[in-house]
Amino acid sequence: MREAVAAHVHDGDTVVIEGFTHLICFAAGHEIIRQRRRELTLCRLTPDLIYDQMIAAGCARKLVFSWAGNPGAGSLHAFRRAVERKGGGPLELEEYSHFGMVARLCAGAARLPFWTLRDYMGTDLPAANPSIRTIECPYTGEVLATVPALNPDVTIVHAQRADAEGNAQIWGLLGVQKEAAFASRRVIVVVEELVDQSVIRGDPNRTLIPGLAVDAVVVEPWGAHPSYAQGYYDRDNEFYVGWEEISRDPAALERYLEAMVYGVPDRTGYVEKCGDLERLRAGSRVCAGVNYGY
Amino acid sequence: MTYSPAEMMAVVAARELRDGEVVFVGIGLPNLACNLARATHAPRLLLIYESGAVGAEPERLPVSIGDPSLVTGSLMVSGMADVFQCLLQNGRIEVGFLGGAQIDRYGNINTTVVGDYARPTVRLPGSGGAAEIAIHARRTVAISRLSRRAFPEAVDFITSPGHRMRGRGRRELGMPGAGPVKVVTDKGVLEVEPDSGELLLSALYPGVALEEVRAGVGWPLRCRAALDTIDPPTARELHLLREVLDPQRLFLKA
Repeated sequence: MREAVAAHVHDGDTVVIEGFTHLICFAAGHEIIRQRRRELTLCRLTPDLIYDQMIAAGCARKLVFSWAGNPGAGSLHAFRRAVERKGGGPLELEEYSHFGMVARLCAGAARLPFWTLRDYMGTDLPAANPSIRTIECPYTGEVLATVPALNPDVTIVHAQRADAEGNAQIWGLLGVQKEAAFASRRVIVVVEELVDQSVIRGDPNRTLIPGLAVDAVVVEPWGAHPSYAQGYYDRDNEFYVGWEEISRDPAALERYLEAMVYGVPDRTGYVEKCGDLERLRAGSRVCAGVNYGY
Repeated sequence: MTYSPAEMMAVVAARELRDGEVVFVGIGLPNLACNLARATHAPRLLLIYESGAVGAEPERLPVSIGDPSLVTGSLMVSGMADVFQCLLQNGRIEVGFLGGAQIDRYGNINTTVVGDYARPTVRLPGSGGAAEIAIHARRTVAISRLSRRAFPEAVDFITSPGHRMRGRGRRELGMPGAGPVKVVTDKGVLEVEPDSGELLLSALYPGVALEEVRAGVGWPLRCRAALDTIDPPTARELHLLREVLDPQRLFLKA
């Protein structure tokens, strides 16, 4: 991870760490904090705890997003302090809805300049974000919303497994990882398990991101904790609930970063310091498999 | 039998759902309402979560909209580009649930900021999928507790459009769905008046006085000509909510 972040994440980059609740790569976020990257434009549908930590650590110049909360548990207080100018920030915002963010990555993945969607009429979002515009359909005359392509410098995707070439398989919630990876100039795939290519070839429909789009593969078990990896471990909901108290107090947040990010050399150190993560280990619900024969 | 306002809200929201409908589910009370409906009068209700789970049958109470239990045993897991394009924009969603910090006279919902956008007093999470759910779902049901702060005459920011936005109507703006036709509160139900686009009181819960509702609304609330009566939760509904769906009272607390 150290080498991948050093090689592919630079000061001033536009960075996407995707994953909708599922497979959020905290391991990569922590390494970016440890390497003290600055002036990043952080993009994600749901900034989640990882971007709250990166904002608190001073990595971010700008946030591009569509829902900035602590899902099911409360607020992202480092984000709020920056935006409400209560001791944090400044932090530039560029705000969409989920559909708008998804559409931006679809355009980016297709290498088109923008994407059209039937959205935003009657809302105040275009007034808050001048990049949300409209176009008249050349076929029907309907006025449709447009959002510009998002082409990140680097996208980091956490996957359950990949081979050494980066052919990455994901199951469970898929989020917008495929579009984000194809939209990006560089892609880091972080996996729970490195597998032999025969495993990938045995179930090719499961591959979400092919190795041809991947620049680096990092093996990092528990790399998505406190988020989850379907079939590997459950979300650490206690941590999400506890973040409300930590992030509300800048000193407590600083202590957290000192202990769990700066204070450990890598993910292995983090996992050791977390203690009993086995309580989150997933139960078994193995699918039947299919016949790929012909 | 006594019951809490949250339990009543979940029950009333559940009764809004018809068997076989396709519902876009939010976390918290909407999730409880949908799973309560599925366990009672609407066993063929199809639950879709914006995280991509289609036909979810969660075996535990999902703590977030992306809970792994929504995947296990579902009919399909879609990427989010498919959720918004092939399901929502395609017109497949019959009912959407919305919540919000502020809901105004015309059903506009604000989940973005309190105060000015550039210098907000309180920064809220933002739209998520709410803007497009409000535009595309064939109808939406909003759930919120009454208070002057939560029900202002006009919201500070329109995240999810209601029935009149800065003087313009939904049809004029080209919105496919009917918008928030009902608002389920802790004291009664508000319903849109089709011609004016204004929310009117359509039902009071048992034992609630009209003045209690008016005290929690920031505009001169009008009543529909005849108010509906709403039955209190049944013993079965309460049993399902308390013992099966949310035994730890995560969302039923108050």
